[in-house]
Amino acid sequence: MPNARGATVEFRDVTKQYADQVAVDGLSFTVPAGKICILVGPSGSGKTTSLKMVNRLIEPTSGAILIDGTDVLQEDPVQLRRRIGYVIQQVGLFPHQTIEENVGTVPRLLGWPKDRIRSRSIELLALVGLDPKRYAARYPAQLSGGERQRAGVARALAADPPVMLMDEPFGAVDPIVRDRLQAELLRIQRDQGTTVLFVTHDIDEAIRLGDRIAIMKDGKLVQYAPPGELLAHPANEFVAQFVGSDRGLKRLGLLTAGGADLDSGIERAGVDPRAPELKASTTLRDALALMLERGVQQAPVVDDNDGRYLGVLTLAKISKMLGSQA
Amino acid sequence: MDPGGRVNIFVDTFAWFTDPAHYTGSNAVQVRVFEHLELSALAVLIAAAIALPIGLYLGHTGRLAFIALNVANVGRALPSLALLAFALPIAFSLGLGLGFWPTLISLIPLALPPIMTNAYVGIRGVDRDVIEAARGMGLSEPGILRTVEAPLALPLILSGLRTASVNVVATATLGALVAGGGLGRYIVDGLALQEYDRLFAGALLVATLAILVEVAFGRFEARAVSPGLRSPADAL
Ligand SMILES: Nc1ncnc2c1ncn2[C@@H]1O[C@H](COP(=O)(O)OP(=O)(O)OP(=O)(O)O)[C@@H](O)[C@H]1O
Ligand SMILES: [Mg+2]
Repeated sequence: MPNARGATVEFRDVTKQYADQVAVDGLSFTVPAGKICILVGPSGSGKTTSLKMVNRLIEPTSGAILIDGTDVLQEDPVQLRRRIGYVIQQVGLFPHQTIEENVGTVPRLLGWPKDRIRSRSIELLALVGLDPKRYAARYPAQLSGGERQRAGVARALAADPPVMLMDEPFGAVDPIVRDRLQAELLRIQRDQGTTVLFVTHDIDEAIRLGDRIAIMKDGKLVQYAPPGELLAHPANEFVAQFVGSDRGLKRLGLLTAGGADLDSGIERAGVDPRAPELKASTTLRDALALMLERGVQQAPVVDDNDGRYLGVLTLAKISKMLGSQA
Repeated sequence: MDPGGRVNIFVDTFAWFTDPAHYTGSNAVQVRVFEHLELSALAVLIAAAIALPIGLYLGHTGRLAFIALNVANVGRALPSLALLAFALPIAFSLGLGLGFWPTLISLIPLALPPIMTNAYVGIRGVDRDVIEAARGMGLSEPGILRTVEAPLALPLILSGLRTASVNVVATATLGALVAGGGLGRYIVDGLALQEYDRLFAGALLVATLAILVEVAFGRFEARAVSPGLRSPADAL
């Protein structure tokens, strides 16, 4: 599929002032094209407000938001929104339309020919894991919560938007479905190269999905960094608390055995036979759990594809990586 | 009251309906039914043309609703007979004479409130998240009203039209008091001439017509409202 390139989204000193409070206060950060930026923070910290200022459902009091260098305030809001995918927690599917009609909403607004809308809707339903044969003709009331959220994502993706705004899109589903939806979102996003701004309360979701994480508090940006850096160097006590006291472990979840500094001086045959064999793609967090479970100090690491022996991972190395400020 | 008299009125009414003389001339049943329907339909159409746009618009914007709905409800509070009395001088001053036009004018205020209120309530009742999703995807405001809010409010809009229609069909009988046509003729004349079979036949016809209107709306609603809005169990 010809991929729509994502667009750069830049917040420039954006403030939203309500009569009795500041919802967003001097927000400045840039999401590079094709990256996922996760907004996290306590309730009322201004995440939703920030998101809605991008597609002008809310107008900023001051400052500017630029998409590929163009101030969104210069554009007609209706035209602007057709180029920005939008997913909310409540999904907001149209109950009187079939799933296929729902997914075709923006292409219809853009005046695509009927057969192109149809083939695009079918393609997208398949992409989000809803079998078109079963689901296309159904109405939203005939779907489960998780299926509705998939349909909502498909609808937002329909016209290949360069930017997607997602406000707690997977909030209402159980952990297993949530896990699958996250994996699907990552796959689709890599595939399409879409720039995504994603709001969540769940720091684990943020770490899993984010290329960058923006931590907000009282309408201000507290820290903006890739997940690894956030876990390694929380900017202050608030961030450290927010990411959790197990942030070391979380960081290990981002690193893989293959990426670790392996000891290749030891022969495969010389490794403790009780040790679990680790694939290079295993996260250090899982590796640590396995090694502790078996009560071993070291474990052999092999290539994912050909099973070639790469070297030995030791508890000491993991411990050193936890301590390192990389 | 002797039971025989009561039985008689049924027998007499049946005889009235089977008398071929009542199906010819300007006072024929089919002529009166047609007049009645014509008058009622016109009253509802005019009321809908006024009340629907206002109700839909107010529902969409949420503005001025308090005033408009209260003005509409004044219509509900006024007795139809009083409205007819008001309508007479208006019709006269416009040179429209007796009968049809003053009756029509008096029926419109009766039909306005249920149509406007239901349209307003129906649109207001649409899930805010659905509307936000629509706006967020780039539907224009008229687009949201037309393709999202109105179809979702359709069951309530139709029930407003149905209530208005049934009320109008029942009340249109009053037109006969000011020399109008319609089924009220049988009732008013039957009363004046003490021909109770005619009176009773007229009442039966009006009641039947009202029920038919009700049923017709039910049928239409079943077709017009999206299957997605029925309960999930019996959709499709
Ligand atoms: N229309 C409004 N008028 C006044 N204050 C508002 C309005 N909308 C939002 N706020 C306030 O602005 C602040 C930020 O709201 P926002 O919805 O952006 O929070 P959030 O980070 O998305 O919270 P949550 O995680 O609970 O969704 C809140 O304190 C809220 O009360
Ligand atoms: Mg929010």
